[in-house]
Amino acid sequence: MSTRALLRVRLPGRLAAEAAALVIAAAVAFPLYWMVLSAFKPAGEIQSTEARPWTLAPSLDSFRRVFEQQEFGRYFLNSLVVAGTVVMASALIAFLAATAVTRFRFKFRTTLLIMFLVAQMVPVEALTIPLFFLMRDFGQLNTLGSLILPHLAFSLPFAIWMLRGFVKAVPDALEEAAYIDGASRTRFLWQILFPLVFPGLVATSVFSFISTWNDFLFAKSFIISDTSQSTLPMALLVFFKPDENDWGGIMAASTVMTIPVLVFFVLVQRRLVSGLGGAVKD
Amino acid sequence: MTADTTTLRKTPGRPGAGGVTTRPPRRRPASPARRSGWTPWLYLLPALVLLGGLLVYPIYQLGLISFLEYTQAQVSGGEPATFQGFGNYATLFGDSQFWQVLLATVVFAAACVLTTLFVGCALAVLLTRIRAVPRLALMMAALGAWATPAITGSTVWVFLFDPDFGPVNKVLGLGDFSWTYGRYSAFALVLLEVLWCSFPFVMVTVYAGIRAIPTEVLEAASLDGASQWRIWRSVMAPMLRPILIVVTIQSVIWDFKVFTQIYVMTNGGGIAGQNLVLNVYAYQKAFASSQYSLGSAIGVVMLVILLAVTLVYLRLVRRQGEEL
Repeated sequence: MSTRALLRVRLPGRLAAEAAALVIAAAVAFPLYWMVLSAFKPAGEIQSTEARPWTLAPSLDSFRRVFEQQEFGRYFLNSLVVAGTVVMASALIAFLAATAVTRFRFKFRTTLLIMFLVAQMVPVEALTIPLFFLMRDFGQLNTLGSLILPHLAFSLPFAIWMLRGFVKAVPDALEEAAYIDGASRTRFLWQILFPLVFPGLVATSVFSFISTWNDFLFAKSFIISDTSQSTLPMALLVFFKPDENDWGGIMAASTVMTIPVLVFFVLVQRRLVSGLGGAVKD
Repeated sequence: MTADTTTLRKTPGRPGAGGVTTRPPRRRPASPARRSGWTPWLYLLPALVLLGGLLVYPIYQLGLISFLEYTQAQVSGGEPATFQGFGNYATLFGDSQFWQVLLATVVFAAACVLTTLFVGCALAVLLTRIRAVPRLALMMAALGAWATPAITGSTVWVFLFDPDFGPVNKVLGLGDFSWTYGRYSAFALVLLEVLWCSFPFVMVTVYAGIRAIPTEVLEAASLDGASQWRIWRSVMAPMLRPILIVVTIQSVIWDFKVFTQIYVMTNGGGIAGQNLVLNVYAYQKAFASSQYSLGSAIGVVMLVILLAVTLVYLRLVRRQGEEL
């Protein structure tokens, strides 16, 4: 491992570095700890001005308030449907596109690659206005489609760009051998290339999942009258009140909203780090 | 591209080729898949349809609306949209608030990018100097921050710094100092949240890159008596250049268009709009005051700035001789 050379630091130095790393880890984890802790605090403790880093009587009241809120479960499901659809569809579509631009030579190939790169830079937030009119004209306002379609399109350029390295890494000889053995092009694509590129697809999905799950602007702008089609961020806003915020509710809703992403991250963590490494080596 | 030029350079010397009519031979024979003309376009079709309909066309529309008069009356179809030429841009550029927001956006994004890159790189180097257990702890904490949705990250950070119930003011003994009241303290608070959720990407990517550097190179450097700082500056940083460019550009893009954090943490752009950035400003103009054309013009300005950044990026990539 390449870190060995650097590990040859004098022992006191290394212990100091490790102590520093642990302190920083604690500081970085603290906001999440505080979020979960506050979600379990009874209302009285949150309102008290002491701000204790533990709780005397953990309670589920805040969570109860969150789930009693009309349609919270529905919002949660909507968020899962939107993010799940975007992740799967963008992985599939990006896989095909990445295969096209890496394993074929054709006119405008380089132009397309540059366009995919440029597309990543487009500030999608600036497109909220034209997309609003587009969704309105196609009768898509207040539907999950108005959230799925733009996120699908916006996650594609980055996904294609990232998958390119993985598709490129599969040796040509393998492809030729498959054809000599009589495999059709479709068979090679799905039975050989797809499984080999799968780790890359996982790393890519992390990015599309996060950007879609995070979405606040589109949900706020495109889901305006039929709130049953809304997503989790909107459910969170209910607890912000003009006179006094319901911090227990906000923290409980935040916790519920963060857990699926954390689970997803833990599941793909290994693949993510090696995936980034793979993209980097390319 | 590079492959073609090298073969071209070799061919003229071939005996009997004449140098004109024969096509230069391919570097390697095309596999059956490569010969068919339509297959790549078939594979690209879904991606191109989606991008064309939901990215290219909206960009065209954005530009179009920015040249029209487009307010509530036109949206509801009550009045026809009239062409304004550069009228909207004149209004925008004549507004001192626009310049103030533009400046704030650039300074805020630059501060976010610099702190994120510095902290991310420093922690990536730290990760290489420690054993597995503390490394795992830091990695897990960072992944947690990275995974946290922007909106929940924003609410938690506001709560941490809440003047009445937050632990930070208690520990620092700041009493009921309100972070979101002042312009600079509000921006500083948002910056901390942005740093918190975006340094992990830099740290993990740079760490993965450092691990890809061959051991011998680093050993040779330390045998030659180079200090840690010197190894980083003279050996690792140049080898990591491609990654550093990627994380820098990604950070510029992300931090330049921060929306959720500003919107949630400063309640829509701060007191009297003191914490507005271009994105939130465009949103407020378009959706809160129905001035869709002004909002679109702001969008176009953002687009132009980010495209300029992209061009710089492309030049950097090209200069490194990377094959697309």
